[in-house]
Formats: sequence, C-alpha cells, structure tokens
Amino acid sequence: MSSGWDRQLDRARLHFVSGKGGAGKTTAAASLALALATGGRRVLLVEVEGRQGLAQLFDTPPLEYAERRLAAAPGGGEVRALAVEAEAALLEYLAMYYNLGFAGRTLRRMGAIEFATTLAPGLRDVLFTGKIKECVRRTDSHGRHSYDAVVVDAPPTGRIVRFLDVTRAMADLARTGPIHGQSEDVVGLLHSADTVVHLVTLPEQLPVRETLETVEELDAAALRPGAVLLNRVRPPRLATRSVTAAADGRVDANRIRSGLESAGLDWNDEVLDGLVAETVEHATRASAELAARERLHDTDLAALDLPEYVDGIDVAALYEMAEKLVAHGVGGQG
Amino acid sequence: MNERSRPERLDVDALLRDPANRIVVCCGSGGVGKTTTAAALGLRAAHRGRRTVVLTIDPARRLAQALGLAELDNKPGRVELDPSVPGELYAMMLDMRRTFDDMVLTHAGRERARQILDNPFYRTVSTSFSGTQEYMAMEKLGQLAAEGSWDLIIVDTPPSRSALDFLDAPQRLSTILDGRLIRMLASPARAGGKGLRKLVGAGFGVFARTVSTIVGHQLLSDAAAFVQAFDSTFGGFRERAEHTYRMLRSQGTRFLVVATPEADALREASYFVERLSSEGMPLSGLVVNRTHPVLADLPAARAVAAAEELEEAGGSPLAASVLRLHADRVAVAEREKRLLARFTRAHPEVGLVGVPALPGDVHDLDGLDEVGTRLAG
Repeated sequence: MSSGWDRQLDRARLHFVSGKGGAGKTTAAASLALALATGGRRVLLVEVEGRQGLAQLFDTPPLEYAERRLAAAPGGGEVRALAVEAEAALLEYLAMYYNLGFAGRTLRRMGAIEFATTLAPGLRDVLFTGKIKECVRRTDSHGRHSYDAVVVDAPPTGRIVRFLDVTRAMADLARTGPIHGQSEDVVGLLHSADTVVHLVTLPEQLPVRETLETVEELDAAALRPGAVLLNRVRPPRLATRSVTAAADGRVDANRIRSGLESAGLDWNDEVLDGLVAETVEHATRASAELAARERLHDTDLAALDLPEYVDGIDVAALYEMAEKLVAHGVGGQG
Repeated sequence: MNERSRPERLDVDALLRDPANRIVVCCGSGGVGKTTTAAALGLRAAHRGRRTVVLTIDPARRLAQALGLAELDNKPGRVELDPSVPGELYAMMLDMRRTFDDMVLTHAGRERARQILDNPFYRTVSTSFSGTQEYMAMEKLGQLAAEGSWDLIIVDTPPSRSALDFLDAPQRLSTILDGRLIRMLASPARAGGKGLRKLVGAGFGVFARTVSTIVGHQLLSDAAAFVQAFDSTFGGFRERAEHTYRMLRSQGTRFLVVATPEADALREASYFVERLSSEGMPLSGLVVNRTHPVLADLPAARAVAAAEELEEAGGSPLAASVLRLHADRVAVAEREKRLLARFTRAHPEVGLVGVPALPGDVHDLDGLDEVGTRLAG
C-alpha cells in the first residue's frame, strides 16, 4: 500500500531524480530541491547532462562547473547549482592526484579527455557520480556537511541503472589509478540509506507501467527507489462515479443541454456534440489515470502529485510545486 | 493565429504516394512518438499500394507485438494485413549488436572476422558506445536500400536526447576510431606518426600518458588491434559514415521531423530543421503528435461563467463539470497554438500537420490506422 513521503526518504541526503523523457524530470528535480531547502537548509542541485535545463527553468545565465547560488527557499533556505561536466571533473582529478597544472590546457586542446571518455564509455558516469559523492561528503571547518541534501537531475529511466552501476563501469578502466581508488567509496554511498532514486512519471498507464519496471530494475541492482512523482496532474472535473460510464461513451447529452439552457447559454447540436466528445476524451484519460493510480497504490512506494501548468513552468510555478511537495511531507515540515 | 503565420499543410498522403520517394526518415527528440508515427506511415503506405518496410529502433512492447516483432531476428518480417490491402507492410526492429556482427562477418574473411569479434574492445563498441546505435541504424538502412526490393523504407531514429545525434553520432564515432591516433597511443614508438608527433611536440607525451593512465594500457592495445583489423576490412569508419551520409542526401530520401506541442520538443525540432537545411537534406515537414484541438465552439470565459452560475444554483452538476473541462481544453489548445505559431514564425517554409491525441495508447493495427487517418488530416 503506497504512502506519502516518510521518515526514511527524509533521512536520505542524495536524491537522484530520473523519469521518462518528456515527463518533466528537470522541473521535478528543481521543485524537490526547493522543497528540501525550505525552512533554512542548504541544498545543491546538480545537472549532469549538459542541457542547461535548470538555467532555462530559473531564467539565469548558463550553469558552470562551479557551485553557485541559484535560488532562495522559504524560511532562509538556499538552493545552489552545479553543472557537472566529464571533462572538468577529470581535470580536477588529475590536478588533485598528479599535480598536472599546465598540462590541463594541453589535454583539453588535444581532445584527450573526449578521447578517453569515448574509448571507455563508463568513464563519464564514474566521473559524474564521483563528483557528486564529493559534494555529498564535503564538510565545513566545523565538520558539518556543506549541504543538507544534494538533488541530481539524473539521466532518464532508460539509462539510470547503468548510470549508477559504478562497479560495471570500472571494469572498463585501468585497474589502478585515482579514479579506481575513489570508486569503492562511490559504490558505498550509492547503495547506502543516504541515497534514493525518485522517478517522475505521468498519470497514465504506459508511463506508470514503465516506472514500475524501472523500480524492479533498481531493486535488482540494490539501489533504493524513492518516491514516484506524478507530474502534470490535471484537475478531475468529473465525479469519479461517472468517469467509467463516460469513458464508455455514455454521456447524458440531455442533462448537459438542460444545464446549458438553465445557464442561459446559446447552444446548437454541433456545440453539444463537441462537448460530449470532449467529455468522453476527458473521461477516457481520467479512467486510465485511476487505473494507473491503483497500480501505484498496490506498491509500497510514496506517490506524490504535481499539478499541470497549462501556460508552462516559470519560477513562480516552481515555488508553488515546492510548496505542494512540502505539504506532502518533503523536508519534514508538512 | 493570423494569416501570415499560418503554415502550409504537410500532405502526408502525397509524400507516401510519390514513387520517387524511396526513404522517409522520422527524426525528433525522445518521447515524441516517432516510432508510432513511422509505423502508422508504413501502414498507410501499404494501403496505398506500396511495398513498405518500417525499421524501428526501440518500440514499446505492445506496439512491437502488434507489428509481429515479438522475436528479434534483425530481418524484416511481414505484418499480416487484410487481403484487400493492395500493398505490403514489413517491419523490423534494429538489433545493434547483431547488425554489427553481421557486418563484420559479411565483409571480413573468416580469420579476420574472428579477430574482430573476439576483441574485448569490440564488445564495448558494439554494445555500449554512444553513437553505435545511430551508426548501425544507418548501416541497416543502407542494406535495406541495397536490396532494391522495397518501394518505400521508413526509418525511425534512435531515442537519443537530441534529434541532432542521429546526424552527429556516427561522425563522432568515426573521428575517435579513425585509426592513427589510437595506434600511436598504443605503441607510440612503432607507429609511423613521426610527422604528427613532431607537430604536437611535448604535449603528446602528456596526452599519451594521461589517456593510458585513465583507461589502462590493455584497453588501448585492444582498441588499436580492433581498429587495425577494422580498417583493413572496411577502409575505416569514416568512409563508411560518409557513405551513408551521401545516401541521406540522395534523391528519394525525405525527412520528417516529429515533435509534440511542447516547448522543449519544438526547440529540438527547430534545431533539426536548421541543420537539415544547412546540410542540404530534403525536409518534407513537421508532424506534431498529440495535439488537443477544441471540439466545441464555445469561448472558455463563457463556459467558466456558466459553470459558476450552475455551481451556485446547485443544479446540473454534470453540465457544470462539462463546461469546466471544456474551458481546460480551450486553455491547452490555445497554448499549443501559440507554441506552433512561434515555430512557424521562425520556419515559415516548413509545412506541418497536427495529429490529435488518441485518448489511449496505440498498440494495435486499428490504432495505427487511426493515427494514419489523423496524420493525413
């Protein structure tokens, strides 16, 4: 039986947000970061695919490989942002362990890094997760964590398990060296109670089915599934009891007509037929949504709704979505 | 939408009927319904008498079943249609690894093929290299075209995050695997790259050391051995990639860009349209999947006002609900129109067709038939 955002999810410090392409992964990650920062906490929001989706969403200049303030959260909280690039992360490693200094420029110019990451495809993912681990584990001079939580706008469901499978990726790489040294630590973090993988999906049957398949894959890989974020939920306009009939095409046109008349609207048969057709389509979608929710309900996953914003997402909408997540219990404030 | 921003309508049936058109490539970012569009076009072409094959990359399971793609054999299989259909429909799903294996087995002698297939680096290239899927889709398209028995080949492109990957990935792959650099790295002393080494000077030492430290010497020598065997068989990755590009630019190939009425998908579509035009590749138009046109001619404001009135009076709850859901629908339709108008202002020459959303998933031939009808407008 599904539940809300629970204490276990709240204890996690590393939140990967994955989901089906086009379901609103970036939007959900951003609002989750705002929700977790609400009440005075510091949260880092990480982008790994270099699309600058976060910068567009927050209407700021492109993110770089340097952490900077992205937004304030209610109650004195702060969301900072970082775009992780494989190239910069690799140079950082090399500088740290080999004191390469000037060579970084040469390597970049000669394309050594692109070359290495292409030859060993797993290397990119290892660099990403390695950098993310560094952010999660970093402490300040008082020994406190620099970030209360780290939220990652992660690759889509088709690639998420491979992305987090550091052990497999390491098999491609040199058996020794700095990256190898780090990887055990990364594996430990990713499979610990500190890490959860949330899945963004749409309230429809196929996307929910695919989400549950990903949950199985995560389980099999010993990774912890977090919440299912149902995005673009539209307001239910029909009473639940009339949804099934209407989805079967049984809509009482006479009752609609008399309603239109009593509200003083002009109507003709064309308008009435159009309204009936729209109602049947709405009901078909609503009934698929109910079925999808039932499937989610049979699992023990937390399922949280995010509303549809017909005019597109702006910063105000992000804060509103964050508020909804807080109301669902995210951040332990609700 | 005013007159000036109204685009020309994309005539899908004319595209499918014209015997000069031999290849239709469906491009677009992930999640926009490319596979469904490709399959629906294939079915419609068969209904118009053409012997058609649809090459899909990663169909949803039930759609695959509807097309008889339950077994993966990397060859076109015939889709059973009503006997009254004048044409034929075949479908296949790309098996990346197998296409690569077959390519090696066909072109290399037995000894060399073994060398390539047994190389550990080959396993990485043929399964997890980014770009291999695109490369193999092109390879398969080339094979189908060479068979010469198809009136029309419809290609769905891999589900990459960017539509441009379809054009860029093979090129990127061939740059990396283009022999010389890898061989120099594997054994800088032996490879005859004196000139190149002089050119890059001391930097090369750092380059070679770094790459070798990171990926390991074993991987580098496997890669070099692979590239050597591959080069002598195929004349290099680059040539092969260039060959498929020539095919995409040839007479008889048409591109369709697929999107949904969402800002992200249309932005990707825009990039792709610009790129096709700069590459001189013929674009037929834009297919916008899953639109929500208004079905009842009633202004949203009036619907909402009437719904409020009914809700206050307490009667006719059904009519009030219907008026509210109609107002929601008008809002969605308005946004979609705005987004499409913006696309058309940027690309007034691109014809487009909206495909109204079906209320459920498409997972059988009837569903594809319905999508086809909507595609044809």
